[in-house]
Amino acid sequence: MGNHSDGSPNHSGTVATAGQNEVEKFQDPGIPPHRLRLADTDPKAAKRAERQVALLFGISVVGTLIFLVAYFAIDLGDDSSIATIRLQNALLGVGTAFAMLGIGTGIVHWAKALMPDHEVSEERHAIRYEEDRQAAVRIVDDIVEETGIKRRPLIRNTLLGAVALAPLPAVAIFGDLGPRPDDKLAHTMWAPQDGKRKRLTRDPDGTPIKASDVTIGSAFHVIPEGLNELEEGKLNEKAKSVVLLMRLDPASLNPSKGREEWGYNGIVAYSKICTHVGCPVALYEQQTHHLLCPCHQSTFDLTQECKVIFGPASRPLPQLPIAVDDEGYLVATSDFHEPVGPSYWERDEHERNINS
Amino acid sequence: MSATSTAEPAFVAKTKTGRITDFVDSRVGGSGILREFGRKVFPDHWSFMFGEVALYSFVILLLSGTFLTFFFDPSMAETHYDGGYIPLKGVEMSVAYSSSLNISFDIRGGLFMRQVHHWAALLFVASIAVHMLRVFFTGAFRRPREMNWVVGSVLLILAMAAGFTGYSLPDDLLSGNGLRIIDGVIKSIPVIGTYISFFLFGGEFPGTAIISRLYMLHILLVPALILLMIVLHLFMVVVHKHTQYPGPGRNDNNVVGYPLGPVYAAKAGGFFFIVFGVIALMAAFFTINPIWNYGPYDPSPVSAGTQPDWYIGFVDGALRLMPGTLGNWHVEQIFFGHVFTFNVLLPALVPAGILFTVMFTYPWIERWVTKDDREHHVLDRPRNAPTRTGIGVAGFVWYCVMWAAAGSDLIATHFHVSLNDVTYWLRALFFVGPIIGFIVAKRVALALQRKDREIALHGRETGRIVRLPHGEFIEVHAPLDEYKRYKLVGFESPQVIPAVPNEHGVVTSKEKRRALLSRWFFEDRVAPATPAELEAAHGHGHEAVEAAEGSKSLTH
Repeated sequence: MGNHSDGSPNHSGTVATAGQNEVEKFQDPGIPPHRLRLADTDPKAAKRAERQVALLFGISVVGTLIFLVAYFAIDLGDDSSIATIRLQNALLGVGTAFAMLGIGTGIVHWAKALMPDHEVSEERHAIRYEEDRQAAVRIVDDIVEETGIKRRPLIRNTLLGAVALAPLPAVAIFGDLGPRPDDKLAHTMWAPQDGKRKRLTRDPDGTPIKASDVTIGSAFHVIPEGLNELEEGKLNEKAKSVVLLMRLDPASLNPSKGREEWGYNGIVAYSKICTHVGCPVALYEQQTHHLLCPCHQSTFDLTQECKVIFGPASRPLPQLPIAVDDEGYLVATSDFHEPVGPSYWERDEHERNINS
Repeated sequence: MSATSTAEPAFVAKTKTGRITDFVDSRVGGSGILREFGRKVFPDHWSFMFGEVALYSFVILLLSGTFLTFFFDPSMAETHYDGGYIPLKGVEMSVAYSSSLNISFDIRGGLFMRQVHHWAALLFVASIAVHMLRVFFTGAFRRPREMNWVVGSVLLILAMAAGFTGYSLPDDLLSGNGLRIIDGVIKSIPVIGTYISFFLFGGEFPGTAIISRLYMLHILLVPALILLMIVLHLFMVVVHKHTQYPGPGRNDNNVVGYPLGPVYAAKAGGFFFIVFGVIALMAAFFTINPIWNYGPYDPSPVSAGTQPDWYIGFVDGALRLMPGTLGNWHVEQIFFGHVFTFNVLLPALVPAGILFTVMFTYPWIERWVTKDDREHHVLDRPRNAPTRTGIGVAGFVWYCVMWAAAGSDLIATHFHVSLNDVTYWLRALFFVGPIIGFIVAKRVALALQRKDREIALHGRETGRIVRLPHGEFIEVHAPLDEYKRYKLVGFESPQVIPAVPNEHGVVTSKEKRRALLSRWFFEDRVAPATPAELEAAHGHGHEAVEAAEGSKSLTH
């Protein structure tokens, strides 16, 4: 080991120095002498290697045959089972693997055992030569000089301006990729239509839910009435309007002012779309009254109006105000009072518009 | 084998291959190229194979992907499934999902090709990443290869883009939720986020346009860009010639290795088949992305334990780590009536932004700090550049913490620990991990350098304990031959370059910062052993050891 630091400020840390003889270095001894392989000296070994390579190529042929047999002999008819498909997939894969690995390992073995393994040294050439470099720089200078662009700033500046603006049409032409967002994100299907309140129905079959069916501790995945009958845009509407319906002991709910009437007998409905980046908040922990999003683990507390208690979401889940109609079915008394799902630039404006 | 037609007594090719070569050459004029490349020397090392794996995976992706396009239909029109997979019979789904199921169940070899394609894609990104780590830790990005490092970084981003656009195409539940997360992230972008989302999806999420748009990007635009970048990348490799590891006979003015033809071409060409074979084995036995288990995309359900493909994991993990509320304070803020979704924006943009910015600029940062503007063709062993190695490990640890966070729920269920605790620990590691990683890696590198010095000066420990005539026990050290020793001592150990005044005699503050960084880089260093030291080491009593080595037959 060399000397350790003497602690002077210029040499703090662990410096192992080479003493006074910094300049003196070991000389490069050159490429180590070439060592012959067994196959170079023993003809038997060479012959053996030759046979091994041939065997590997032979294995490749077998692999190809396995593939062809598996492809033509196994028929995927209408009644083919998963097991048949799995078998065919495995055999096709094994066949390909043998076919490829046979060729690959054969060639590599051939190269390593039988082809010359003398390391050679080759000079590196300069990436460019000095006179080329000077000539290139001169040429560029001449070109720039002949354009006169430095002497004529008017030309330069107008060109810059034109070039800067010219790509704008290329951007603008993509304007019809989609419609303007307007306030589409602010509304869902839950808004009463022609004065008729929408029933809460089961996801996915769309049967309405009676308040009396919702026992304490139960949870329902809910879609609005009429969603399944939509001709188009069904998934778009569903992506905004899915709701989780749960019933708790009414005493454990702590509705804030103005929200006392949004539930019914301990039954509450909250948007299922996470306020973080929009995954469905699909996990309901019945004992703790927590809702958990499986994508990024945002956790919402039902007893605190779905306030965020853990994870990356920043806003509570929006609540859907519900009531019971004449026949005892649950209905939404209005749309959500704020946009559902992930935040976006205009969201606050939309929320204010909804509530004004 | 090569033939030229200029020789005075007309040169006649004697072999059949020679005549074919001559025929082609006299029509397309390739003799210059063949002369340049036919015997070009390539250095050989196992770590040079990662780039090859990436290239070959890409070829396999093109082959298997072309097959898949013949059967895949990127339409989001609604249909009712009527294929061979019984559990989904009659289920309403998109044509894209239905045709993906048909590829899996009704087309012979279709499932195999899908699995080959997906495994090759995962391997493609992974091999690029490992190749970049190799290039970073060995300093292969230094002059003259900075531009090629940048091209490689672009390739990494393009590979991730290719992976993500392809991942969403089957329109299954898992990838649909992935798209939904992307939509949520896009909407968090200030000012234009909502518009970008509507323009990307052709309206509201999920719409009916996104799959066909991603399809076009996936099979045309992104692969074309990747191909272009690969051509640039390889062109520059040819211009620069390959780097080589340090060792006897290797220096910045030569290339030591095997000639392209036949040895190197055979090894590299054979390796393509090996990569293909390994991917085929994985496709045969390891299920990847079983879309039939997930079902068609529906905005309501989601499966627990959802994971993106591995290369998107670090962004997803960062999204998970970011707290949305701190006590009662909301990270999402409203300024001037507009929403700033910092709880999504910060984790989605900042870590990836820092990683890629440092990645792209690192060659210039190091060049500025070290004032090293020479051409380097001999690589550094990672231990011989301790600070760089530390920086690389810090970045790697940071990436891995975020990546692990993408599986926080699986870590919790697998090891039966609290999900919240896993997140708290990972949040701490997000900040502390890189620092620990840097310190540990740098110290390990320095320790290895000291070990090298020790071995170079005193020889290698043989494990033989010898009792000398006067009763002392010693371990016999065997001296190294000069080739092995040169490998341990033949490196540069740069020193701190203090701040120097510029032409006006002023030490600028930028130069002071550079000097500080230079000190941080090179303050702790281990100089290579010198012949004088070797001499000295032999001077104080080591002849006895080597004498013992010589007379080992007596001591046994």
